[in-house]
Amino acid sequence: MDAQTLSYIFVGLSFALYIGIAFWSRVGSTREFYVAGGGIHPVINGMATAADWMSAASFLSVAGLLAFAGRDAAVYMIGWTGGYVLLALLLAPYLRKFGRFTVPEFIGDRYYSDLARVVAVICLIFISFTYIAGQMRGVGIVFSRFLEVDINTGVVIGMGIVFCYAVLGGMKGITYTQVAQYCVLIFAFLVPAVFLSIMWTDNPIPQLAFGDVLNDGSGMTVLQKLDQVTVELGFTAYTQATRSKIDSLAIVTALMIGTAGLPHVIVRFFTVPKVSDARKSAGYALAFICVMYTTIPAVAAFSRLNLSESVNEVAYAEAPAWVGNWENTGLIAWQDKNGDGIIQYRAGKALDPVKPIFTGERGKYGERLVSNEAGASANEIYVDRDIMVMANPEIAQMPNWVVALIAAGAVAAALSTAAGLLLVISSSISHDLMKRTFMPNITDKQELLSARLAAVAAILVAGWFGINPPAFVAQTVAFAFGMAAASLFPPIVMGIFSKRVNRQGAIAGMLTGLALTVGYIVYFNFMEPGLNNAEHWLFGISTTGIGTIGAAVNVAVTLIISRMTSEPPMEVQDMVDDIRIPAGAGVAHHHQGLPIKTL
Amino acid sequence: MSRNGKQTSTDNGADTTGSNAVYHHDDAENLPAHSHHDNEVLSETNLKSYWRANVKVLITLLSAWAFVSFVCGIILGDWLDQFYLGGFPLGFWFTQQGAMLCFVAIIFIYHFWMQRIERAHGVDDDDNHEPSQQRED
Repeated sequence: MDAQTLSYIFVGLSFALYIGIAFWSRVGSTREFYVAGGGIHPVINGMATAADWMSAASFLSVAGLLAFAGRDAAVYMIGWTGGYVLLALLLAPYLRKFGRFTVPEFIGDRYYSDLARVVAVICLIFISFTYIAGQMRGVGIVFSRFLEVDINTGVVIGMGIVFCYAVLGGMKGITYTQVAQYCVLIFAFLVPAVFLSIMWTDNPIPQLAFGDVLNDGSGMTVLQKLDQVTVELGFTAYTQATRSKIDSLAIVTALMIGTAGLPHVIVRFFTVPKVSDARKSAGYALAFICVMYTTIPAVAAFSRLNLSESVNEVAYAEAPAWVGNWENTGLIAWQDKNGDGIIQYRAGKALDPVKPIFTGERGKYGERLVSNEAGASANEIYVDRDIMVMANPEIAQMPNWVVALIAAGAVAAALSTAAGLLLVISSSISHDLMKRTFMPNITDKQELLSARLAAVAAILVAGWFGINPPAFVAQTVAFAFGMAAASLFPPIVMGIFSKRVNRQGAIAGMLTGLALTVGYIVYFNFMEPGLNNAEHWLFGISTTGIGTIGAAVNVAVTLIISRMTSEPPMEVQDMVDDIRIPAGAGVAHHHQGLPIKTL
Repeated sequence: MSRNGKQTSTDNGADTTGSNAVYHHDDAENLPAHSHHDNEVLSETNLKSYWRANVKVLITLLSAWAFVSFVCGIILGDWLDQFYLGGFPLGFWFTQQGAMLCFVAIIFIYHFWMQRIERAHGVDDDDNHEPSQQRED
């Protein structure tokens, strides 16, 4: 059977599974809709958290990022995974004891302020939509490549599937589909990785094969060979770092606190029965994530070797078939700078601007012509980093069912994250904005209905972003982490570990941290992109790392202003005492009588 | 409130954590389904010492976390590369796999360590869990 038919079957079967789970897990109350009734087993929640957090980008792009940036990209690996330690140690157990439904709800109650809650809701919605646009686009791209469906049709199909289980089943439906999606995506990621490992080293375990000796009889290890190949082509050696240490430290910190502040990840820990389960569940979540994240560097290394070995100094006319296939999708482009008909792969930009602009005509070797200027290097081939995972099966000549598996896995990764994000958007609208702020008298039934309607609206907006992706999607990722780091993480942690921080301090801190981070990113990415380099950066910190400074400023402002103003009311201090003690989480939720004052 | 007063005096007499814990469990059994703050049955001193122990755990484990990520992964990364773990230069290995594996270990150590501290202070959540929940550790 050909790869496309198999892809239809695999993707179709996975969809049938998700819809089946959706009908089985329909919910009837807001508590079930928001936190799945609070009865999810920690291992199940760990698996669901892993799928929730591993997005289309994790599945498709991170290996490519590592393959091309080598050791410099490792800051992302450490940053994203290290955030779970902060989440487990500083947030999850206490928020579970708090025992309510959303992240803005904690901020609103702890700082006894509607304004604080609304600021948190705005941050949450911005972070979540930034993320979700990329997920919907990811679904569209996978559909267009593997099923030869129009990208927009793909986005609409994705919306339909998410609609079924997120709107019907809320958190309960999402949890069980995420478990299924984790299984699909991890299997889909590991199988090609095992093929690649055997191809290069005979060792079937990717994590070990990547440090093993090559099976070509040269006696070199994979990494020695990679260093040699990259240096020969004019790149920095694969295992060498080039980024400045200060910028690396800032980026790692921003990603860590950003990850720990992501609302769709935090709420997953509201769904387990006990405080100790929240801790354990964070451990399982990271362990499940690491199954994939320790495989990614191996896939990156092998695909970089594959790419260098199979296209460099090969005549275009004799290049492997996948080069032409991916050229047709616009993710590979070749410009024959020296007119010899042979592909030269070297360090440096192949084209200027970087992305190819196709003229629609074919050159004398059959290549798609581009109207870009020649980049200032001998490099003739542009390769989009996103194809590294998708092209691997073709490059390594794996059977067709592996291709189909990757299609199903990528869709699972995108849908699981999209659903988690949709849920936090809809619950922050129906619960934090409506029930807790503007319409406190609505009944549980009405609130559930508005949660569902908010989910529908969020799906439509997300779909619109998927069909009309904003041109700046790549830069907005820095936004999402920066905002989570500078606005959500500090007030939550300080609210738990200090009884003295108060409403005035927290609001001032959130707003200054946010203004600094957003201002810095907007200035360098949109207003003065020409100045976006280390010479002009504050302390040499890039826009990806600025969340660290934003968070530090947030903390400083909060502490100073809190010291200058009166301490929080007694009920709030009692609540802090209460969430610090694990006992009684199952029967908690007694502090509902907190007087909520408006600023 | 008289219960509270009695309890505090008992705690002042019994200094060790162990006897506090025993006291708490006995007391909790005799109580009717106390609907409000569970920690009313716990003494101030016991809660303070629990929180101090908790903060100590956090400082220890966050130091380990910072060491493997910031120190081994970035600051000393180049220097560590002179050592090898199989075919991996050590600093490179930390950035690609090592730090992540340490993070998983840190979270599980935290879980078990806290469980011991909470049992010792009588503030663990085992008393209250629903019968349908099974523990697997």
